[in-house]
This record gives sequence, structure tokens and C-alpha cells, in this order.
Amino acid sequence: MSTVEFPLWAALPAAILLIIGGLVTVTGSIGLLRLPTFFMRMHGPSMGNTLGAGCVLIASMLLSSALQHRPIIHEILITVFIVIASPVTAMLVMRAAVYRTRVNEERQRKQATPLTAAAEGKQDGERPAAG
Amino acid sequence: MRLIPPVLLVVLVVMWLVLNSTISLGHVVLGCVLSAFLLIAASRLRPLQPRMRRGYVLIGLILNVFVDIVRSNIGVARVILGLVGEREVRSGFMNVPLDMRDPHGLAALSMIITATPGTVWVDLSADRKTLTIHVLDLVDEDEWIRRIKGRYERPLMEVFE
Repeated sequence: MSTVEFPLWAALPAAILLIIGGLVTVTGSIGLLRLPTFFMRMHGPSMGNTLGAGCVLIASMLLSSALQHRPIIHEILITVFIVIASPVTAMLVMRAAVYRTRVNEERQRKQATPLTAAAEGKQDGERPAAG
Repeated sequence: MRLIPPVLLVVLVVMWLVLNSTISLGHVVLGCVLSAFLLIAASRLRPLQPRMRRGYVLIGLILNVFVDIVRSNIGVARVILGLVGEREVRSGFMNVPLDMRDPHGLAALSMIITATPGTVWVDLSADRKTLTIHVLDLVDEDEWIRRIKGRYERPLMEVFE
């Protein structure tokens, strides 16, 4: 089987969906590359996760249904699993970034006032010895 | 022995049948037995079970979420490609006051918010009263609060509380 002939009613929408899905995913990836701050870059990949993956999966459903002459709906499960699973990683990365920002801010505050921070540290260090 | 949650059983059996893409009697029976066994085993791990009512509300919610995902995909694409005109895109954190306390509803809300491009769930305060999200294109905070509370939180509260 070298070439497969798809009927037009399946091939045309599938091709359009694949192009749209590819463009959406590329746009999201450009966002991941180009947006200025980390928190803004978080929003890029979720485009590929939702609309990009959705378009490709609907195209896959159309083509495999046309090939086998019966409705194939496995791909709905992939969509469901992506929607359930991808937010978990996004939230983990987001919380890690928030924590890192807070730690960095505290470090900068200490560096901005090195004398008082050192003095506080000295006091803290001496207290248990005195007590 | 606790009762097997019926909704989850049906969902698992349907998933099994879709995965095998068949509705033959043998697979229906096998799927039922497997799902029941898995649910009994899993109920030991997670004894907390949701009480779901008015499941038909979920259909409208899923349609709403689908429309919002498509719309916010377009919005985020415009921001990334710089098609927002002259105005400066301001992104930042914002707080949303929540009325929902049910953990299952909150889990569903977190998935909806994070799966929608342009918004990411960041933190829920320890008393479950305030939600912090990060918004890519933060134009009007009140509009976002209205959208999250009206479109997502209210239907979820109807189902889970």
C-alpha cells in the first residue's frame, strides 16, 4: 500500500484542521521563545495543548474513520487525558517559579542592606550562646 | 464495604469500550469486572468521594469552556504576534474571591483555569477563600472575576455542593 486515497469530505477538513493546529502550536511555541518574562511565557505552550492538539486529533478522527468506514473515536480519550494532566505540570512549574521569585527578592533585600542584615545575623548568632 | 461510585463505574466502562473500539458483550462484561475491581481497590486509597448532583449542568459548562478555550487561544495568539495595536500588554497576578469549598469542584476549576490559555492557577489561600491566578492580558480585573465566578464557579457549585 503505497498511497492511500482519502475521500474529499474527509481529506479537505482534515487538511484545514491540520494547518490550523500547526499554526496555533507554532504560535504558542513562538510565545514560549519570545515573551519577555517567565510568567508570560507560561501561557504560550497551553495554546498547543488545547486548540493545537484538538485540531490534530479531530483531523486524525476524520481520516481514520474514512479509512476504516466506521467511526473511530479513540482520540477523544487523548483530549480528555491532556486536559486532565497538563494543568498539573503547569501548576507545579508556576508554584516553583513563584517560590523562586520570592527567594530571589529576599536575597536582594538582604544584599541591598548588608550592614543591617549582618548585624541581625550577628545578634541572632549571639543570642543562643548568651542564653 | 463501601458502595462502588456508579458514575465512575460507567465512565471507566465506557473508556474501556472506547479504547478497544468495540461494544461486544465479552468486552462489556470484562470492562465491568475490571472497573469494579479497580474502584474497590482505589476507594481504599482515596476514601473521599464527590457527591454529584444535576450532572446535566456539566454539559453547558463543558460547552462554555470549549468556546472560552477557542476565544482565549485567539487572544493569546494576538498578544504573542503583537496584533494588539498600540496599547501595552500588562500581565500580572490577581486575586479572585471564591465561594466554593468542595475540593472536587476546586480541582475542576483549577483544570479549567489552567487549561485555558492566558490564565494559570497559581495559589489557593489556606482557608480556600481566595484564589490567585496569573493573567497574560490583564485589562480589567472585575471582568475576569465576573467571568470566573459566573461562567465556571456557579455551575461547579451547582454540581458539587
